[in-house]
Amino acid sequence: MTLSSLLSISLSAILVENFVLVKFLGICPFLGVSKQTSTATGMGLAVTFVMGVASACTWCVDHYLLMPLNLTYMRTLAFILVIAALVQVVEMFLQKALPALYQALGIYLPLITTNCAVLGVALLNVERGYGFIESVVYAVTAGIGFLIAIVIFASLRERLEYADYPAAFEGFPIALVTAALLSIAFMGFQGLKVW
Amino acid sequence: MKKSAFREFLSGLIDNNPTLVQLLGMCSTMAVSTSAANALGMGLAATAVLICSNVVISLLRRLIPPRVRIAAYVVIIAGFVTIVDLLLQAFFPALSDKLGIYIPLIVVNCIILARAESFASKNAPGPSALDGLSMGLGFALALCVLGGIRELLGSGTLFGARVLGAVYPGAAFFLLPPGGFLVLGFVIAAVSALKNRHKTAKKSEKTGGDAS
Repeated sequence: MTLSSLLSISLSAILVENFVLVKFLGICPFLGVSKQTSTATGMGLAVTFVMGVASACTWCVDHYLLMPLNLTYMRTLAFILVIAALVQVVEMFLQKALPALYQALGIYLPLITTNCAVLGVALLNVERGYGFIESVVYAVTAGIGFLIAIVIFASLRERLEYADYPAAFEGFPIALVTAALLSIAFMGFQGLKVW
Repeated sequence: MKKSAFREFLSGLIDNNPTLVQLLGMCSTMAVSTSAANALGMGLAATAVLICSNVVISLLRRLIPPRVRIAAYVVIIAGFVTIVDLLLQAFFPALSDKLGIYIPLIVVNCIILARAESFASKNAPGPSALDGLSMGLGFALALCVLGGIRELLGSGTLFGARVLGAVYPGAAFFLLPPGGFLVLGFVIAAVSALKNRHKTAKKSEKTGGDAS
């Protein structure tokens, strides 16, 4: 594991394999909390943080608990429990420390538990056989990719308020079409060879 | 009684379709709908989990303390997902390979948790099983529609069989992520256009007022 391999993991997680726009992980908050740039930023940061901490915890659980006990088939179950507990802690912390952000995130905060990006990154770490540092770097940069995508998307949606489109596209459909265009833009990074 | 159960069943399939109307479970919807066969496999796997988890949660609904109910639901769901995952690996290794991490990710499919919270936790096991079946098939149906459209436009085939003539080169765009977003957007727009028209017709019958 060298610095350059970490760099290539980061770049590919942020741009080439963007979690939302290329891997389809974390679509629910991406569509649900992207009406305003400020809440989108908050959500992106919260998800990035949870993803980083969650993948550190799940890596340890996997390597020091599940593997020695030959319980790797319980991975999904164990991971989701770790994530649920973690989100609970983050929720309590935000409620005390940053009540404004807590209010803005509302229902979507507990829903980070069921955000597939978080469980997805934990499972991908295992699938790719990443070590501890690689796992955390991958998770945090994937979170940053999520953050970038959701902030761009939210600012596009703010502009959509003034756009003129067919009534049937009101709400989600026009958001999905916008996401498609954004995804096309990110497809452009596919040619980027960093390794 | 029987008729209302049937109507409930249909409502999950069409009127309250979990994917196209309630907009739940978007991630797996788009990720696996690159071909009709993948979509069907995913839809059926999720249906199996949904029925089992609905029944068990409904049976335990008086035992689970309300404060920790979400965690309890997630554990039950994760248990069934693990079973389905292992069964797929054993009997359908090709499908299991194709669907990859999206199988364990059924745990976090909002449809399943939503049905647990809003239906199974309040109803008897029988209706809960039916609700699971109807919502699950609704999800599978939506996935197949999307998968069908994407496969047809993307490679000119349907369930692997060539439908459009060999002249059709296939627009790979529809198999790529942007195509997924685009097709889903248009399908949901079509569904809501149909619904609006239906509503307008009903409203003008009653009051002659304009549609909202």
